[in-house]
Amino acid sequence: MVETRVFSFPHIGNYCVVIENMLRHIFKNHKVLVPPAITKRTLELGSKYSPDFVCVPFKYNLGNFIEALEAGANVLIQSGGGCRYGYYAEIQEQILRDLGYKFDFIRLFAKDMNARTLYRTARRFGTRLGIFGVTYYVLLATEMVRKMDLIEAYIRENVGFEVVPGSFERLHKSFLKSLGGVDNFRQLNAVFRDYRRKFKSLKVDKPQNCLKVGLVGELYTLMEPFSNYYIEKELAKNKIQISRFITVTFLLFQKPKLRPKILLAAGRYLKYDLGADGTDSVERSRALAERGYDGIIHIKPFGCIPEINAMPVLQKISRDFRIPILYFSFDSQTSEVGVKTRLEAFCDMLLMRKEVRT
Amino acid sequence: MKSGYLGLDTGSISTKGVIIDGDNKIVASEYVWTEGNPCGAVKQVIRSLCERTCGEVEVRAVGATGSARRLIGAMVGADVVKNEITAHAIGTLSVYPEVRTIFEIGGQDSKIIIIENGIVVDYAMNTLCAAGTGSFLSSQARRLGIDVKDFGKIALTSKNPTKIAARCTVFAESDLVHKAQIGHKKEDIIAGLCMAVAINYLNNVGKGKNIRAPIVFQGGVSKNEGVIRAFEEITQERILVDPNSHLMGALGVAILARNQGGGGQKFGFDICEVEFETVGRECGRCPNNCEIICFYRDGILIDAWGNRCANGDIMTTAAKRNI
Repeated sequence: MVETRVFSFPHIGNYCVVIENMLRHIFKNHKVLVPPAITKRTLELGSKYSPDFVCVPFKYNLGNFIEALEAGANVLIQSGGGCRYGYYAEIQEQILRDLGYKFDFIRLFAKDMNARTLYRTARRFGTRLGIFGVTYYVLLATEMVRKMDLIEAYIRENVGFEVVPGSFERLHKSFLKSLGGVDNFRQLNAVFRDYRRKFKSLKVDKPQNCLKVGLVGELYTLMEPFSNYYIEKELAKNKIQISRFITVTFLLFQKPKLRPKILLAAGRYLKYDLGADGTDSVERSRALAERGYDGIIHIKPFGCIPEINAMPVLQKISRDFRIPILYFSFDSQTSEVGVKTRLEAFCDMLLMRKEVRT
Repeated sequence: MKSGYLGLDTGSISTKGVIIDGDNKIVASEYVWTEGNPCGAVKQVIRSLCERTCGEVEVRAVGATGSARRLIGAMVGADVVKNEITAHAIGTLSVYPEVRTIFEIGGQDSKIIIIENGIVVDYAMNTLCAAGTGSFLSSQARRLGIDVKDFGKIALTSKNPTKIAARCTVFAESDLVHKAQIGHKKEDIIAGLCMAVAINYLNNVGKGKNIRAPIVFQGGVSKNEGVIRAFEEITQERILVDPNSHLMGALGVAILARNQGGGGQKFGFDICEVEFETVGRECGRCPNNCEIICFYRDGILIDAWGNRCANGDIMTTAAKRNI
C-alpha cells in the first residue's frame, strides 16, 4: 500500500491559492498542504540552515519547506530560473536531506515543461487523471493566475484611495477564498466577473492627477509582501497609485515571447541582456519614466547580481528623465524602521515635486 | 508673551532642540548627548530651553524628527512627526534658499539631498554600512587617544595624508592600525581618515547623484574641519557650513510645526516632571512574535507600536485589557 502523499510548495504572494487548487485537482487521492503563512520564524529557520550570503528568497523558500515538513508534507515542489534561482532546488533538497527529513522532491523548470513532461511527473506521483485531465487543470491554473493578476492590479491602483478603510482588503480576501474553490473554467469566469463588478463598485476617491509610483526589480521581493515589508501597503497609505509589471502572468506567459522586444525597447540603455529580471527593470523603468510616473522604486534582495547590473543604468534613466528612483536591498537583517524612514521621505519628496509642478 | 515653535531632533548620538519665533529665527537651542536614553535627553533639552527663554516664549506647536521621532512625538504630543530627510531639507532651505546639494553626515547615518528650485528632487541614505559616519570617527579618535573635537584641527596640520582603505569600517580600522604600526604620523593618519570619510560618502550615498554648487554640509561631522577640507578638495567647490549646521533637522521640523499651526494648545514645559516608561513585549498572537513597544505616561498606556498586523494593535483591540 502506498502511503498518502502530502504535497507542499513555497509561498509567493497569494499564488498559493492557485497552486493548491491545481494540485488538489490533479492529485485527488492525495493531500495538499499550504505551508504556514510566512512569519519571522520562517525566515529565522530558513536563515539558520542557509548559506549566509545566499539571496534572501532562498531563505524564505527553505523556511517554508521546513515548516511544511514539520506539518507533515512529504512531497516538495520547487521551480528554478535564470539566476541563482536555478540552483535553489538542488541545494535546498540537499540541505533538507542533510537535516534528516524524508520526502520526495519535484523540480519544475520552465524550459523543459510541456504537457507530456508534466503528465509524466504527475503520473509518477500518483495522479489518476489522464493526460487531458492533467493538462486541463494546468490550463485552469494558468487562467486563474491571469484573472488573479488582473484583479490584483486593479487593487494596487485603487486601494490607496478607498473611501471605507479596509474595504479592498476584505473583498480581496473573499475573492481569494472563492478563487480557491473553483473547479472549472465556467466557475472561474463567473467568480472573476462577479468580483470584478464588486471591486469596481467599491467607492474610491481618486483624483485625476494622483501620485503614481512604479515598482521594478527582482521578482520574489516584489511579489512576496512579507519580504518587502509590505511596501505596497505603505505606499497606498500615502494615497499613491502603484503599478507593478512583474507578476506570474508576465513571467510565465508574456516574458518568453517578449524577451527580444524588451531588449530592443530598452533602446540605447542596453545592448546586452542583463540576466534574469535585470533587463525588464531597465525597460520598465524607461517606460514608466516616459509615461510620466512620479517615481520608481527598485527592489532587490541583497547581492542580487542581475539587479545590481541594472542599477547604474537606472541611475542614468533617473538623470535623463529627471525621475527619482529609490533603491532598496532586502536581506534577512534589514531594519524595518530604516525602510519606513526612506519610504516616508520618498513620498514627501514626490508630493512636494508634484505641488510645484501643478 | 511671544509665540514660539519647538523642534526636537533626537538622533542616535545627540539630541537637538530649537525654539523658533514667527520668522523662523532661532530663539534658543540646545544640544546634548542621547546616550541611549532619548526620553531623558529630550527632557534635558526641554528643561534647558525653558531656562534660556526665561518663560517669555509660549510654545504653540511642537515637531519631532530623528530616529526616535515616533517615541518623542508620542511623549511630547507633537503636532508634526517627520522623517529626518524632509526636516533637514526644510531647515536648510530656510537658511540657504539657493542650496542645490546637502551633504549630511550624522552619528549613524549619512544622506545626500539634491534640491532644485527649492524642492527636494532626489535623495539617498546610506543603507547597509555605517562606514564614514560620526560614530566611526569618534571611535577612531578614541583609539588614537585624542578628543574628537580636536580631530579637524589636527587633520589640517597634515601635509601628506595617509591613504586609508575606506570601503568598510572594519577594513578601515585594521588598515588604520596597520598604518600606525608601520610609522605613519598621527596627524597624517587623522587627515587620511577624514579623506576616507569624504571619499566613502561620495562613492556610496553620492553615487550617481547630480552634485551641484552651492553645497551645504551639515550634521555632527560638519564640525570637523578635516572632512570639510577633504570634500572641498574632491568636489573642487566651496563647502558651506552653517554655525548651526547641527540644528538643521530640529529647525526644519519646528518650521513644519509652525506651518501646521498646532492645536492652539500651548505646550507645557512641565513635561520634564512627568514619568515616561517604555516596556517591550512580544505579541505572542502568532509565530511572527512582533516586538511591541508600549509607552506609558505616569503608568498609563498612551501609545504602542511595532505590530505588523491588526492582532497586535493593542491600542484599538480588546487586547488592551490584557496589558
